[in-house]
Amino acid sequence: MSGATPPEPETPAGPPAPPGRRVPRRRLRAPDWGRYATWAVLCWLFTPIAFMALFGFNDISGRQNVAWQGFTLRWYGQVFSYPDLTAALLTTAVVGVLTMLVSGVVGGLLGLALGRYRFRGRGATNLVLFAAVCAPEVVTGAALLSLFLTLNIATGLAAVVLAHVMFTVSYVAITVRVRVMTLDPRLEEAARDLGAGPWTTFRLVTLPALLPAVTAGGLLALALSVDDFVITSFVRGDATTFPLWVWGATRVGIPPQVNVMGTLIFATGVLLAVGNVLLARRRR
Amino acid sequence: MRPRAVPYLLALPAWLWLGVFFVLPLCGMLSVSLMTGDLLSGFTQTFHLGTYAEAVQRYRVQLLRSLLYGGSATLVCLVIGYPVAYWIAFHAGRSRGGYLLLLLLPFFVSFVLRTVAWQFVLADDGVVLGTLKDAGLLPEGARVLNSAPAVVFGLAYAFLPFMVLPIYAVLDRMDRRLVEAARDLYAGRAAAFLRVVLPYSLPGVSAGVLMTFVPASSDYVNAAVLGGPGTTMIGNVIQTQFLVNNAYPTAAALTFTLMAVLLLGILGYALAAGTERMAGGRG
Repeated sequence: MSGATPPEPETPAGPPAPPGRRVPRRRLRAPDWGRYATWAVLCWLFTPIAFMALFGFNDISGRQNVAWQGFTLRWYGQVFSYPDLTAALLTTAVVGVLTMLVSGVVGGLLGLALGRYRFRGRGATNLVLFAAVCAPEVVTGAALLSLFLTLNIATGLAAVVLAHVMFTVSYVAITVRVRVMTLDPRLEEAARDLGAGPWTTFRLVTLPALLPAVTAGGLLALALSVDDFVITSFVRGDATTFPLWVWGATRVGIPPQVNVMGTLIFATGVLLAVGNVLLARRRR
Repeated sequence: MRPRAVPYLLALPAWLWLGVFFVLPLCGMLSVSLMTGDLLSGFTQTFHLGTYAEAVQRYRVQLLRSLLYGGSATLVCLVIGYPVAYWIAFHAGRSRGGYLLLLLLPFFVSFVLRTVAWQFVLADDGVVLGTLKDAGLLPEGARVLNSAPAVVFGLAYAFLPFMVLPIYAVLDRMDRRLVEAARDLYAGRAAAFLRVVLPYSLPGVSAGVLMTFVPASSDYVNAAVLGGPGTTMIGNVIQTQFLVNNAYPTAAALTFTLMAVLLLGILGYALAAGTERMAGGRG
């Protein structure tokens, strides 16, 4: 995103004021409203997360995690004490990984086709991708359920994976397509000039060049799958994922284990993202 | 293998997948919406268009409310998100990546869990309101949940990145010399912004509005968790009709109505915004 921008001077100090204009007062002391606004928005964004994390340390006795009772690390030791919650978390992980793999391959191939070739149905395909990304989840979820009902297909875990691949494959295809279009064609020409056949060229040149985009698309698919609630709730049958378990628990009280799991997932994401940024910075 | 077949072979798996699980279901739903019957005696295809009229008549309040809430949330996102995107793109210097990351980090927590966390924070006798009430700063009956603003701000919270990122992407690419040129031509700061930066960022705003409004107006999680009986949105109705009442034709008809309304809205908006970039996927 920021990698494509040409280097430009940091906040230019500005040329000396042109003659005939009043010299503006030095703005060093002026409040930096943009910075304050950005930090205020960040505070807003982190408020619920902070409370979620904090109340994972709450020393309560039952399941009603409402008022602060004192600090404990107990729930971190008993994260897995609700078997069905643990099972839901596992289901989410399995669905997410399967979605990532299938979506990565299927979407990657489509992205390659769209970025590289002109063929019949290309425009229609792009339109369907656009529609699939924009369609409200409640529409796609309800439509899938209609199909399964009409054809008498059992809903459940398999249906959830099918649905997740359906709504993530477009993101992968779009990510990969962009990379294919910016790929230097001379790389492949060079490989062919050096005597590589089409398959060898693909394996040794094209695939390695596309792998970062496929990985990024796959990770996006994983994130979308793990987070999905609406589509899953339509096609899940009797399968339960982590978001659906949380949803179901809102009526009876959400145990602190959910806070702990949420905090741990969040921390993992933060570590991955920060590591990624640091790596990218070092590479530069 | 003939080279001409290559793109078709590459695209085939995705075509099958999207065809069977995206395009076909939409057709299936159209078919369901024209059926009559109930779960016990079964549904039969009768091409009964009346379902649409009945459903829209019965749920027009929720339909309009969804557009209103979705539109308000989009407006909130724009008002909050534009300055943030602008400041990060123009004034955050080398820490732009860091700020973007900070902005996206909360979204590592599951959507449902974040909404539930807001419910927890804003609960009537919860950590914030309860404390204020105990301190005598708020009357006993004061509440935030179960209100339209709670739902609208919940929606804005959920979809803010969809507004910030497209605007940021456009502003980040903008040639700073355009602004300098405007300033050299004696435009004040406000004029330079209004006549150079703002028009330049409009494609990003369009994309952001589209990407926020569609999910916000069709969401039902926020209305269910942060709202109450008076804030039901069309998504809630569709979900209940489908999963609780098993009134499939009504639910399907409502879904199609929602989609038609949103499509009309997008088309109208695209005409008004008059930009080819909205269909950026056509590349």
